[in-house]
This record gives sequence, C-alpha cells and structure tokens, in this order.
Amino acid sequence: MTESTLETSGRDGLDEQAGGQRNSAAPPRSSRGHRFTSYDVEAFEVPGGREEDWRFTPMKRLRGLHDGSASATGSLRVEVDGSSAAKVETVGRDDERLGTGGAPADRVAAQSWNSFTEATVVTIPKETRAADPVTVTVHGPGRDSTAYGHLQVRAEPMSEATVVLDYRGSGVIGDNVEMIAEESARLSVITIHDFEGDATQVSSEHAHLGKDAVFRHFAVTLGGDLVRVNTKVTFADRGGDAEILGVYFTDGGQHQEHRLLMDHAQPNCRSNVTYKGALQGDSARSVWIGDVLIQAAAEGTDTFELNRNLVLTEGARADSVPNLEIETGEIAGAGHASAIGRFDDEQLFYLQARGIPYDQARRLVVRGFFGEILQKITIDEVRERLEAAIDEELAAVGV
Amino acid sequence: MATLEIKDLHAEVETEEGSKEILTGVNLTVSSGETHAFMGPNGSGKSTLAYAIAGHPKYNVTSGSVLLDGEEVLEMSVDERARAGLFLAMQYPVEVPGVSMSNFLRSAATATRGEAPQIRHWVKEVKQAMGNLEIDESFSERSVNEGFSGGEKKRHEILQLDLLDPKFAILDETDSGLDVDALRVVSDGINRYRESGDKGVLLITHYTRILKHIKPDYVHVFVGGQVVESGGPELADELEESGYVRFANKKEATVQS
Ligand SMILES: Nc1ncnc2c1ncn2[C@@H]1O[C@H](COP(=O)(O)OP(=O)(O)O)[C@@H](O)[C@H]1O
Ligand SMILES: [Mg+2]
Repeated sequence: MTESTLETSGRDGLDEQAGGQRNSAAPPRSSRGHRFTSYDVEAFEVPGGREEDWRFTPMKRLRGLHDGSASATGSLRVEVDGSSAAKVETVGRDDERLGTGGAPADRVAAQSWNSFTEATVVTIPKETRAADPVTVTVHGPGRDSTAYGHLQVRAEPMSEATVVLDYRGSGVIGDNVEMIAEESARLSVITIHDFEGDATQVSSEHAHLGKDAVFRHFAVTLGGDLVRVNTKVTFADRGGDAEILGVYFTDGGQHQEHRLLMDHAQPNCRSNVTYKGALQGDSARSVWIGDVLIQAAAEGTDTFELNRNLVLTEGARADSVPNLEIETGEIAGAGHASAIGRFDDEQLFYLQARGIPYDQARRLVVRGFFGEILQKITIDEVRERLEAAIDEELAAVGV
Repeated sequence: MATLEIKDLHAEVETEEGSKEILTGVNLTVSSGETHAFMGPNGSGKSTLAYAIAGHPKYNVTSGSVLLDGEEVLEMSVDERARAGLFLAMQYPVEVPGVSMSNFLRSAATATRGEAPQIRHWVKEVKQAMGNLEIDESFSERSVNEGFSGGEKKRHEILQLDLLDPKFAILDETDSGLDVDALRVVSDGINRYRESGDKGVLLITHYTRILKHIKPDYVHVFVGGQVVESGGPELADELEESGYVRFANKKEATVQS
C-alpha cells in the first residue's frame, strides 16, 4: 500500500560504499573487478552456491551446467537472416578467431567453451555499413535436452551494424557470446532471452572494444525458468564508448540474473549501464550486479550504472548490487544508483482520479517505467514486440 | 440540476503512529451553478476532505455519506467517481514519469467521455485549451507533471478540468504558489469552466486573493475538520480583515453547545 523505495546512489567514487549499504548485499572488500579467467574447466572449482559469484543463484536449477554433469544431449539450431553485408560462417572449435573477445571467468563459461562443437561467426567487413539488422535466432535443444553454443560477432574497423540475437525454445543452454567492435566500429547488439518456461540458460557475454569503438548493447530478458547472463565489457584501447541497457520482466517462479562488469583498463573510455526490471508473482526473483573497475591506467574514465526495479506484487524479490572499484583519481566521473520501488499508489490514484480504470492506469505506469529505455531500441519490430510482451505479462495476472 | 451532498463525514488518515481522525463531521451541499469557497487554516483538513471525496486510499472514511445526485460516491472506485462527474484539482499534482501528457489527457478524456474523442477534433481542442491557459505546446510530449514548476502543474490541473468537463470540481488550493499573472490565467480558466454550463465548484483556499477573480456564492469556514460557519461573500471579507482568530475556538463551542 505504501511506497517504499530503497535507493542508493553515489558519484565520484567517494561514495563507493553506498553500494554496500544495501541490505541485500555488502560485497566483500576484496576486488570483484580483477577476475581470474581460464579456458580450462578444472581451473575453476565446482561452485557450491556460497561463493560471491553464485550466492544469488539457485544452484539446483542450473541443471548441472556448473558441475560437469550436464553433458550435451542436443544441439542449438542457429538461423542467421538479414543484411547481405555481413559474412556468416559456421566454424569448428579450432578456428583461431574464437576466444579473442574474452576468456571464461567462471566454471559454466569454461564448460560451455569446452563443450560446443561448432560456432557461428558473423563478420561485418571493414568499412562496411550493414543497413539492415542481422538477426541471429538461436533455438534451444528442446525440453530436458542440454546444448552448448558459441557465437562471435565481429565488427571490423570502421564498420557499422546492428545484430539481433534472439533466443527461443526450451532446454538447458550454456553459451559464450563474443561481441567485438574493432577500431572505430559501431556495433549494436540486441539480445532477447525469450525462452519457454522450462528453459535454463547461463550465458557469458564478452564485449571487446577497440580504439574509439562504439558499442551498444540492449539486453531483454523475458522467459525461462532460470536465465543468468554475465556481460563483461573490455576496453582494449582508448576512446571506447559502451552503452549497456537492459530490460527484464520477471514472473512468478522465474530467476533472472544479470551480472555486469565494465573493466576500464584504458584511458578516456566511457561506459553507461542502465537496467530496468519489473517483477510480479510469487517467488519472482531478479538479481542485478553492476561491477565497474577503473584501473590505474584508465584516466579520464566516465562511467555510470543504474538499476531500477518495480515490484508489482507481494512475493517478488529484486536484489540490486552496484559496485565501483576505482584505482585512479584522474577520472571524469563515476557513479551509480540503484532502487527497488513498490508500485506507486500516488501515481495510480492520480490517473484513476481522471477516470482512467485501474488496469489501464497500471499499464500506463509500467509502460512509463520502461518507456525511456524502450525508446532507445531503434528497431521498431523489436520495440513493439517488447511492448506487446509487457502488456501480455500485465494481463496475465488478471489486472 | 445536480447536487453534491456531504453528510456528517468523518475520516481518518493513516499515519506512521496509526490512524488519526481529521474530518470530524462535515456537512455541505453544493448544487450545480454554485461556487462555494471553502476556507480554513493550514492543517484544518481541507485536503483531507478533497481526497476523501475523490477516494484516495490513504484516507479512510469512518462514517457519513457523499451523494452525487443521490448516488453514494463512497461506494465507487476512484475512477468511477471521476467518470460519474467529480473532479479534483490537486494541491500537489503527482508526477508520472514516462507517461506523456498527451497520452494521459487522451486516456482520461476517453474514459470520462465513454469513447475516444475523434482525433482531429481532439488535437484542436487540446491546442485551444492549452493556448487559453498559456501552456506551451511542447508540454504535450513531456511526462505528466514531471519537472513542472508549481505554477505549471496548476495550469495543467485546470487544463484537465477544461477537457474533462466534470459536473463538480473540487479545487484544492489551486491558487497557492501562483504569481499574479499565473493567478489571472488560472482564474480565467476556472471562470470559463463555471460559465460553460451548470457547474458546481468547491473552491478550497487558504487566502482570499483568488476570490477577487472568482466570485463565490457561499463561503464556509473550516476549522478542526468541520464547517464552523457559513455565509455569503462578506464572510470572506471578514477573513481578509481579521483572519481565522475568531473561528479558532468555535469548533469547541459548537461541540459543547
Ligand atoms: N498523508 C498524511 N499523513 C499524515 N498526516 C496527514 C496526512 N494527510 C494529512 N495529514 C494530517 O492531517 C491534518 C490535515 O491535513 P490537510 O488535510 O492536508 O490540511 P489542509 O489541507 O487544511 O492544510 C494535518 O494535521 C496533517 O498533518
Ligand atoms: Mg491542503
């Protein structure tokens, strides 16, 4: 009935601790930004669920992706459509280009890396502008089957493209996605996790930005029983610009987890992270971890991370943990904000007091909550699909 | 002719320390064609009365009745009350981020009129109404009340009054926080509404200055959650001269007598 908004925010790194005041989590003061990586599964211990990286994840629902017990019993079906400007290849494990976007940073990512049989490589050639979006549709292996995948999207120097990565279907999926924007390339990747209700996916995204590259990422998570996405952005040279946006709608029973790491190791790069989520229904659970590491060399870094959650019903729970680690004083700006708000009765009252019925008022408020971020999806069909999905979600609880 | 009858209304507000009775038995009847000025000191419960009539969830009506043409308003949902012809211009209009003013106005007009207004007429209608209130067109694309100044919010409340054209309007301190020019623009808007037909207005105010622009037929003095004295415009003149002092103890007197 009353609004309770929990908000933390900070600017300039001096308020770094603000992230730790949140009741949900005080990250240990050991570094979360400097991560161990390896292509070897056994280099990572089997996580038990208490580790910092895993403590929010219901381990049982990983269906064995984390402990080696989930051997591949099916395969992913990958379809690529769209711009003829892009080169699409299916390659074997030995292709030398694979892995250049980033190495696995946890056991599931390493497991996926060692388990896929073929990878899809989408290349936007140098100085080419792909006018139409490239759509990569990935179909899950089917209920109770397990499959591992690997995708690399590479925008060569001064190229420009938008790629839609559309996950659908059922099953248990572990995969790595490399998103490489080479010097002065402009790469946008929209990832839609729109699985059936049974699906489990643990996906590790590795974005790699060359000099002056512009990378735009939009993550949409709607479906699945458990979806856990790690997104790491690596700045390989100066001048990189990353904007990482996300929207999730978590229903009863679903676990949706987004973990971000902006690794600023180079000077004069910019990162901006904004995720918004709505939750409804019994034991709907969302987790957002926003880590930013500004290394000593990364002078002139400008970064901001924001996560807002709108809890629509009792029984849903959102965790939101921003974390800034700053190793240089010479930055342009660094800040974060995180909020978990209940549905705002004052807003509903205002709209209803103008005659607008309750269900419509609720729809307006939720659409309004997501509105500004949805407007940033430049592909009309994707935006409309998402708006329709949100309306459908709201209708589903009978409002 | 329409009537809004408030009968022995008691209401409490939910506070952190529990429920607190604010309205202690309000009686008042407003008929269409009449403007009632409703005046009282800060904290006397004017906004509480307005919210209780509109159905705000924070205010619980514990007894009494509010009848609109004989129909019990208190049994209606918030939106039903609005569709039945009640309008509340709020003292503190609420910001609704992400919902554009134009989308909001059209949704509200569709709801209160029972059908979506024809788009061509509607665009003209909104444009004219905004022009009358000296609201810049760019506001249509802004989020409802978000980042509006106090005066801009009040103009938009009156814009809604104009477009939704209710039977009864409760205007809660629409005059407060307005500079002289804005007060004139907003008062003109309220007068246009009054002249548009048989409308009833409950004009809640703390100060008398708006009454120079909007001539009330009746004036009520509200203290301690009830009406302690009613009269004609001359009562407002007295308040202008001597303030609320004479009325401050009147509630006790009424209760004792
Ligand atoms: N939402 C609320 N929470 C707590 N107290 C409230 C609330 N609304 C009103 N009150 C209290 O009720 C009394 C009347 O307030 P209000 O109706 O706003 O008066 P007025 O509009 O005449 O200034 C005041 O003492 C005020 O503090
Ligand atoms: Mg008030």
